[in-house]
Amino acid sequence: MKLQHPLARTLVTARTWPFLIDVGVAACALAVFFSLVSTGTYWLGKPIPVVPISHSLSALPAYAFYSIIRIGIAYFLSLTFAITYGYTAAYNPRIEAWMVAVLDILQSIPVLSFLPPVVLAMVALVPGHQMGIEMGVILLIFTGQVWNLAFSFYSSLKSIPREMLEASRIYRYSAWQRFWQLEMPYAAIGLVWNSIVSVAGGWFALMACEMFTMGTRNFQLPGLGSYLQTAADSGDMRALVAGFGVVILIVVATDQLAWRPLIAWSDKFKFEQVESSDRITSPILELLRRSTLLTSIPGRIFSRIEEPLYRRMAGTKDCRIVHPLDEERNLGRPSAALWTLGICALCVVIWGATHAILMLRTVTLADLQLLLEGAGATFLRVNAALLISAAWTIPVGVSIGFNPKLARFVQPIAQVLASIPATAFFPILLIGLVKIGGGLGIGSVALMLLGTQWYILFNVIAGAMSIPSDLREVSSLFHFTRWQRWTKLILPGIFPYLITGMVTASGGAWNASVFAEYSHVADRTLSTIGLGAQIDAATDTGRFPILLLATILISLMVVTMNRLVWRRLYRLAETRYKLEG
Amino acid sequence: MALFSKKSRLASFCKDKFTLVSILAACNWLFIWQQSGNHTLATPTGRHVPLRTSTGDPCMNDPVIANTPPVPAVEAIIRAEKVEKYYAQPSENRIQVISATDLSVVPGEILALLGPSGSGKSTMLRMLTGLSTPSAGQVYWHEKPIAGAEINVSIVFQSFALFPWLTVLENVEAPLQARGIAPDERRARSMKMLDTVGLDGFEGAYPKELSGGMRQRVGFARALVVEPEVLFMDEPFSALDVLTAENLRSELLELWANKTMPTKAVFIVTHNIEEAVLLADRIIVLGRNPGHIRTDFKVQLPQPRDRKSEAFTNLVDYIYKVLTKPDVTPAQAPDQAPGHQHPGTKVRDQRQMHYQMLPHARPGGMAGLLELLLDKGGRDDIYRLADDLAFEIDDLLPIVDASQLLGFLKIEEGDAAITPSGSEFANSEILRQKELFRDAAVEHILLLRQIRRALESKSDHTVPEDFFLDMLDEQFSDDESQRQIETAVAWGRYAELFDFDAGRRRFVLPDAPEEEIAAAADSEGSE
Repeated sequence: MKLQHPLARTLVTARTWPFLIDVGVAACALAVFFSLVSTGTYWLGKPIPVVPISHSLSALPAYAFYSIIRIGIAYFLSLTFAITYGYTAAYNPRIEAWMVAVLDILQSIPVLSFLPPVVLAMVALVPGHQMGIEMGVILLIFTGQVWNLAFSFYSSLKSIPREMLEASRIYRYSAWQRFWQLEMPYAAIGLVWNSIVSVAGGWFALMACEMFTMGTRNFQLPGLGSYLQTAADSGDMRALVAGFGVVILIVVATDQLAWRPLIAWSDKFKFEQVESSDRITSPILELLRRSTLLTSIPGRIFSRIEEPLYRRMAGTKDCRIVHPLDEERNLGRPSAALWTLGICALCVVIWGATHAILMLRTVTLADLQLLLEGAGATFLRVNAALLISAAWTIPVGVSIGFNPKLARFVQPIAQVLASIPATAFFPILLIGLVKIGGGLGIGSVALMLLGTQWYILFNVIAGAMSIPSDLREVSSLFHFTRWQRWTKLILPGIFPYLITGMVTASGGAWNASVFAEYSHVADRTLSTIGLGAQIDAATDTGRFPILLLATILISLMVVTMNRLVWRRLYRLAETRYKLEG
Repeated sequence: MALFSKKSRLASFCKDKFTLVSILAACNWLFIWQQSGNHTLATPTGRHVPLRTSTGDPCMNDPVIANTPPVPAVEAIIRAEKVEKYYAQPSENRIQVISATDLSVVPGEILALLGPSGSGKSTMLRMLTGLSTPSAGQVYWHEKPIAGAEINVSIVFQSFALFPWLTVLENVEAPLQARGIAPDERRARSMKMLDTVGLDGFEGAYPKELSGGMRQRVGFARALVVEPEVLFMDEPFSALDVLTAENLRSELLELWANKTMPTKAVFIVTHNIEEAVLLADRIIVLGRNPGHIRTDFKVQLPQPRDRKSEAFTNLVDYIYKVLTKPDVTPAQAPDQAPGHQHPGTKVRDQRQMHYQMLPHARPGGMAGLLELLLDKGGRDDIYRLADDLAFEIDDLLPIVDASQLLGFLKIEEGDAAITPSGSEFANSEILRQKELFRDAAVEHILLLRQIRRALESKSDHTVPEDFFLDMLDEQFSDDESQRQIETAVAWGRYAELFDFDAGRRRFVLPDAPEEEIAAAADSEGSE
């Protein structure tokens, strides 16, 4: 059974590539990091004009607009790139394993630690400083959003039923027709649900990115994130609450105006033989569907463009023959040009990676020890956040899920809550912490919780709803004790959903750690021991070697955790704990 | 939108009503099958389709089958020349799916390709349509290599392969769109075709709102709307219930006979012998391991064909005999063509190899079959058995094969005869049955014997699945190896020879003491 509405990232579960490719991808990432840093430091000497951020209420609408535009641009870039990437990976066996490995690794790296070098490089590359920061931030959000979209699209393409592909071949569909009538519809549902997760991640990152300090320099962009931070810095409670209200408003509006209509609309792409009874409804979509103007005009415009295209393509040689599906993967020998290109790329990558590693020379043993301690602390913190989330969401989610009426009401709310960027809460949380004199140690766990628990709740509810009622009846018929009910029925029943939620939550928590363990508020620097704090402190002081080493450590931990724990649990969920309908 | 949903509700209502009507009609129909010749069955659209029954038996004395001329008299539309399909394995071995085979599709005939599962029927269809490239040999379309030819064929799929997000009309229009036909003409042709297959009024519905039979009608409309020269069908009726399939078959024959469709030849892949004899002008029977042509003959019974006529049942019987005796060259048949085998190109005969191919049957099914046989006096015609059980040949044959493999049953002249050990098995109660099964399995089946021995000889009494998969991979494809293991597990568990830990993918000895297994798990964990 497929998860009905998984609010989660699509994950790489089967690994078919050799370890060599992982090493290669890591080398590429190092090389990229080095090139970014060297481009950035080249420019670092010049002064930056700082755009002052206002915290008056009248500035709020404009700031909100800027933030929305940033998210929008990043999202559409991600979507386009993800589709191109997924398509290329699925249809080019020569590079498929590489591309999937890149997805797998980049998907799990917390992108926030790339913020300083990316922004620096962009500022260096683009004349007009504000534009450079702008592009750096958008690029960063883009990198955070794109991978799970790309993987979702790729895995949809790979799972199209064979007979459907054969039908499209035998009826000589052009690539264009195949894309719009088979591939896109088939991938639509996955893309919609992954988009929700992606955009939520985008808001999370944006709130943190719009304003950051590096050494004595402030990088800031007018937007909601910087507004909230400025308000917190100046202790303006009214502005803080208003800004926070706007964030929630945007999230709820996105949910109502974009996601729900999209989910309801994508229902028609469900690949099912029989119509299912429960569907998500959206009044907005109904409204749009009733509008005759909207239903007829785009169709007419499209057919104006499409018809000549189809006619032209039908005439081409390519569309007159039936292409075999199992073309003996006769790739032939790569040409000399390809070899040269490959070797050149290899040299560049090795050169970059070596330099990046050479950068680490300046790291002292004491630094390393501090980093390792931080890594341990952050690891514990992330897992504590996950455990706490699971501890309260499992009982609550199960009792909600067993009550279908309540579930139908609560589940969308959990979905909205998961979309609220926890980073927006952060300034409020900080002020509270400063007042009561608490440290960031607890504060950062709280922040991780705020961002991640909703994914688990949402999926646990879905899992509890999916437990067939006859199994529940059996358990009461045989007078199962409470313990038996939980161990024999409920936990195994929700297991696949729980794991799906936990995987997404753990990704979010790691990402949050970069931001949560270190903060400036009203001229004070709050920090706690942790890898995230090290990353931020290194950013503050412009110590790139530390930043690089911390990023490597955090990536290693996340990738290892994914490989050793999550993927195994995922596979277990797919095999043993699958409730077949 | 509102209009659409109303229509679809109407559609589902009609569908329910139709099911009821057809069940009633079926009861009637079975009763009066032989007495009268003029029944009609209402189709969902209210059209009345004459059912083919015949009172007399005009074909009793006709020559039923005739030898196929080795070279087709007319030019073939599609001609396969020594096509082979194999998959290279990492080791030297290769998995041969189809050995070198010649086959032609000539105008004017319905050709049925019949064979047990694993005989490469579907692979053959895909090679003939250009969807799959042969590993060796060549397929020609009007004497030109098919890879570059502008071929005009359609396929009706077993799973219908309709696009669920397109309406019925859009589904039928899509192939025309691919050919660059203008919207108006597209619509007109599609509507006409929907009318022909009896789907007028359903053009706005989505496939998931239709019943299986109606969905396959959409499949037919989509296939025919491009006016294919050859219509290919891959088990088109096997996902449908018996009555719906019967209905669609007769409508297809009607279209073919009236030349309503411009199609010059029909190629149908099926595992249903009666279906093949009902429809086909020529039947090719494939054997397996690897796929090869067993026999190729013309059916000269006049249409409409009567299932109860002697000529018909003789033919069906003959095919059953061919299918149930994979080792015997079907020489006794009057029509026996030498097949188109090429001595010297035969690659590997998997029957002579290390492992037997385990038929995917359940022990319970074997017990059931043997008990039934015992009730019938220990011997019965396989064809009649299948009929009594309302089984398809593909469902029954694995059970028969498995029983034969275990020595519970013998096949003689298309009859299944129970052996002494078989009757003891059938007469015993469950625990004794398990014992007998265990003895037979260890005696006759290499894989089960090996697993048991390996488990007994290892100190921790567990062996990883991969160990046996590796050995099976030498002989079978990856998928088949996995299925072999699954069947072995089902049999081994029934016989209590061994158990399988699906979590760790390991075989375990069922009576291994708990602590030993735990210790083994520990040592594995620390590795």
